[in-house]
Amino acid sequence: MRSPRDRMLAFWMLMPSVLMIAIFVYFFIFRAVQTSLTDWGASGAPPPLIPNVEKKFVGGQMYEALFTDLLDFPFRNAMTNTFFFTVFFVGGCLLFGLLLALLLDQNVKGEGLFRTVFLFPMSLSFVVTGTIWRWMLQPGGGINILPQTLFGAEPLTFRWMNSRDVILPFEWANVPNYLTLIGFAIVAFYAANLFMKGRMRAAQYGIAAAVVMLAVVLSGVWQYIWPPLDNPAMEPSIAPKGFNLALVGIIIAAVWQMSGYTMAMFMAGIRGIPDELREAARVDGCSEIGIYRYIILPQLNPIMLSAMIVLGHISLKIFDLVFAMAGPDNAQTIVPGIMVYTKGFRENQFAKASAIAVIMLVTVGVIIVPYLWSQLRTTKR
Amino acid sequence: MKKLLALVLVLVMALGAVRAQSGQLEIFSWWAGDEGPALEALIALYKAANPGVEVINATVTGGSGVNARAVLKTRMLGGTPPDSFQVHAGEELTGTWVVAGRMEDLTFLYEREGWFDAFPKDLIDLLTYDGGIYSVPVNIHRSNVMWYNPAKVAEWGIEVPATWDDFLAICPTIQAAGVTPLVVGEAWTVNHLFESVALGVLGAEGWNGIWTGAVDPAGAEMVAVFEKFGEILACSNIKEDAAGLSWQQAIDKVVNGTAAFNIMGDWAAGYMVTTLGLTPGEGFGYAPAPDTSGVFMWLSDSFGLPTGVANRDNTVAWLALLGSLEGQNAFNPLKGSIPARVDAVDAAPDLYNDYLKSAAADWASNTLVGSLVHGTAANERFMGDFNQVMEIFLASGNANAAATAMSVICVQSGACGG
Repeated sequence: MRSPRDRMLAFWMLMPSVLMIAIFVYFFIFRAVQTSLTDWGASGAPPPLIPNVEKKFVGGQMYEALFTDLLDFPFRNAMTNTFFFTVFFVGGCLLFGLLLALLLDQNVKGEGLFRTVFLFPMSLSFVVTGTIWRWMLQPGGGINILPQTLFGAEPLTFRWMNSRDVILPFEWANVPNYLTLIGFAIVAFYAANLFMKGRMRAAQYGIAAAVVMLAVVLSGVWQYIWPPLDNPAMEPSIAPKGFNLALVGIIIAAVWQMSGYTMAMFMAGIRGIPDELREAARVDGCSEIGIYRYIILPQLNPIMLSAMIVLGHISLKIFDLVFAMAGPDNAQTIVPGIMVYTKGFRENQFAKASAIAVIMLVTVGVIIVPYLWSQLRTTKR
Repeated sequence: MKKLLALVLVLVMALGAVRAQSGQLEIFSWWAGDEGPALEALIALYKAANPGVEVINATVTGGSGVNARAVLKTRMLGGTPPDSFQVHAGEELTGTWVVAGRMEDLTFLYEREGWFDAFPKDLIDLLTYDGGIYSVPVNIHRSNVMWYNPAKVAEWGIEVPATWDDFLAICPTIQAAGVTPLVVGEAWTVNHLFESVALGVLGAEGWNGIWTGAVDPAGAEMVAVFEKFGEILACSNIKEDAAGLSWQQAIDKVVNGTAAFNIMGDWAAGYMVTTLGLTPGEGFGYAPAPDTSGVFMWLSDSFGLPTGVANRDNTVAWLALLGSLEGQNAFNPLKGSIPARVDAVDAAPDLYNDYLKSAAADWASNTLVGSLVHGTAANERFMGDFNQVMEIFLASGNANAAATAMSVICVQSGACGG
């Protein structure tokens, strides 16, 4: 039992951080939400930067504009870009990180050297990475002329940063359905897993959730909730939705930077697996590949989840890398973070910038909160 | 506890710093790097005249002030304005800061220094808002200039086009020689080309009409502008390497002959003379952008006096220096721009090269119109949203859609008259 003195001490030690977090994090989140519900800077009158400007409460108007107004198409493209960037960036980092970790696990000579080399990119800031890769991905130089310099072959003509080619196209109106289907797939997968493990009770919840999600998609209820575009005919011609190939260069740079970090996480995980497990498997006649498949990889699941969370929240908030590589005005590689900056500090549309910031916060929350929740629950148990 | 103590300490120190500022002058600008020496020359002049004042040169790098403007906003909103800050003259100042009541009227200074005669009337009109004048222009740049390489143009056997139709006519000839007829760079340089094209198609009166409300931004005239712009872009590198090029790299292509023409502001002359060591008229040629002869589309760096600054007297002395003959002739030859005063170049012709002399002559005689991309003609909101209009046009090639979108942002930003 702690003494009252200890408690007092603890209280005073914690007080400053609690106070500051309360002010500088939660109060400002509150202010951002508050601002996003006003019309601050929505029109030229009153001038947005007037002292004691009147901010009229307009409810969800800014959010509605972001999702429907034709001229706010950059926001919808930014959300689309974020989605694909996150998928390929996280996927790429996990793949390369795991690959490197497994290779280093083979007792190679000079392991320390390789580990350092692979980790080096992480010590750079995204701005440095972005600048280097910007040079390498110049349309008329760098990687594009590599085949020419090496083999005298025709240079590539791919426009790394501003390609308008869009693959995996989709309609904006179908977005909630696709997202629900993705959610369905994840939940169904986990439910099946739980079912196999015989944890019937948890599996039942999972199955119920999956069924609800499927029902939502099949019933078409989203079309009554999801706000329709103001100009659905024009939107695809000016801002087609899908995976814009201009993102490829940025994904390459980001994966290059962060896969070393992912590798380090996996390495730590692999080193944490007791040798006895491997030896026991060998004694039982398990092949080396089998050891990885059945012993190592399943043990790495929590690491994989942590890596996904860390990388995922980086990619959802990405700003500096894109800013350095493609600049804030490159429509093909726009991301929400950059929009907050340009809308707020260039165009003085503070309410709309806040709305975008709040939406970013929510998307990050969707990833982080369940993770924290499950973590807290595990530690309690 | 430690954090809190530290915070309190920092706050106390910050307050102390503000108090002790009486003998200082803080100048906030984005003139670093190549443009640094020009500002330093001005500061040296100021220090010579006001030896007791400590000058704080606060620069935030980033071309055209893209980053400086964001920093400035946080300082102004936070109630600690710099004593004087650089801003593009015109709407970028008026539409953001003057309408918000955060700038002081400088008419008294104009009267005291006799500047009503020194600056062109068209310029003063654009600096005036509601009867007051709010900034002192240090320099003038011209936006509608076409650059080329005279030797290459002679080699290809083409004439420098005087109209856009001439340009479109020689476009296939240039392309046949394996050369890009018109080179553009990253996003803003495309907008920069647009304003020259629009000025060419609409004429000076039509261009001004957009900002006074006389020209319907969704009307047939604007649609014609976008259509012409589309034809011109088809002769450019927009579908190739454009987005990866800075404006300097675009100019490089003209200089080394892989592109024929480039429309860029006349800071390009400064780049070619100072950095590339070329002689105006020999190493590079210049002409008004097609169809804009006799019209000078200007932009200007200026300084103003924010309300509630710590060192008002020092700032007024600084502004007086900026508008003086001495100040303008110290700054502009180094910056590669022309003085806003019409009498400055004649007072010291040796300081200016041939290009700048010709620009100064045009400045004194041409019709003056304000630039859109560089903050003279339209407010920041319009400038930002115009990127979306351009993206609509570039993605869809639909001139009607672009003109309609332009009319929408006109209303939303309140930039087009009324």
